Amino acid sequence: MLYEGAVQDLIDELGRLPGIGPKSAQRVAFHLLQVDADEANRLATAITTVKETVRFCARCFNISEAEECQVCRDTRRDPTVLCVVEEPRDLIAIERTREYRGRYHVLGGAISPIDGVGPDDLHVRELIARLDDEGVQEVILATNPNVEGEATASYLSRLVQPLGVAVTRLASGLPVGGDLDYADEVTLARSFTGRRAVD
Amino acid sequence: MANYREQGIVLRTHKLGETDRILTLFTQGRGKVRAVAKGVRRPGSRFGGRLEPFSHVDLLLYEGRSLDVVTQAELLASHAEVRTDWARSAAAGVLAELVDHVGVEGDRDNHLFLLLRAGLQSLDAGPPDTGVFIDAFLLRVTAAVGFRVETTRCASCGLPGPHPFLSVVAGGTLCSDCAPSGTRAVASGVVERLDLLAGDAWSPLVALADDDTARVAASYARAFAEHHLDRRLKSYPLSERQAIA
Repeated sequence: MLYEGAVQDLIDELGRLPGIGPKSAQRVAFHLLQVDADEANRLATAITTVKETVRFCARCFNISEAEECQVCRDTRRDPTVLCVVEEPRDLIAIERTREYRGRYHVLGGAISPIDGVGPDDLHVRELIARLDDEGVQEVILATNPNVEGEATASYLSRLVQPLGVAVTRLASGLPVGGDLDYADEVTLARSFTGRRAVD
Repeated sequence: MANYREQGIVLRTHKLGETDRILTLFTQGRGKVRAVAKGVRRPGSRFGGRLEPFSHVDLLLYEGRSLDVVTQAELLASHAEVRTDWARSAAAGVLAELVDHVGVEGDRDNHLFLLLRAGLQSLDAGPPDTGVFIDAFLLRVTAAVGFRVETTRCASCGLPGPHPFLSVVAGGTLCSDCAPSGTRAVASGVVERLDLLAGDAWSPLVALADDDTARVAASYARAFAEHHLDRRLKSYPLSERQAIA
């Protein structure tokens, strides 16, 4: 048996969210029925506000509430280094390290031939335009270390290197706090090729 | 719920939840298998690096209700060169898409498995032209499921050849009587090339020239595979072949 109108609509909508199945949707819906109207309104307003105010940065395609995102507006950032990431989430992950002081470029995904996603579906053309306009001297390829990310990095380096801009790739290797004998062959082999002198 | 051990090649992966992936594998003994690999997207995962697309792995799985679950993975060949090079990665994408399309879950097809493995090995060896391997793979997989391109006789009346007319729908060469009027004859090199592409050996393919003959044979191979397998290949337009086809 289905619930009446509004409750069932809410369950259906919640069920569309990633990671929420029919049972979880039902649980969340009943939770929302029990809470104060204020609390439910806050959630509703948060959802509508985010859809109204948040857009993509005109320069780097990070999410932003203004024409340009916080990072692009920050004049203390080094404009000669550009870090290329797949998604805005990756940008946040790098920001959390507090190691990087350059700017970013968000591709909006990775090249995946098997899914029919090619370079034209990503913000590649905009990246090439930025290299010249902003006097970029180094491009750091920070795409994921999986097949799609590697293919994207290989494609971009073939495109960017002839323009006389240095291209670097994030290192791959052993995770901090990990055990050597549990590392898989691919990762361990990569950490050997990428080893460096001890200071 | 039983455990089983199986050799397979990862065709593609989908994200599942926060840190898991669903793998589509083509295995030697059970055909296509869909399995969950838990925690592989976490850095420091025990077998994350082994279960990337195009990896050839020895797996221990247990049978789940809808999806099997990977419990151990040993790497047999990572085909790492294929993964780090854009052109080869795109070519391997065509191979994987094709096997994903023709492979059947639970249906053993050792010939198809060996074809896929040989195709990936050839790409891993770093050929100067990846396109020729795509052409060969298209024709060989189509042959493996029952549609071999006919090059020695007329595909319609059986008259011994070679014949200079080609038809995708008829399935190979046609004699002058069977070819529809207005069909243009192709250069003799094209039929010879198709014969080689559809054959069994991979090593002679490296030496094949990349000329007009190659272009005609490539577009025929694509049309032949797409017609007989009833599938538009999404990955094909992103491969190097597209530049010339």
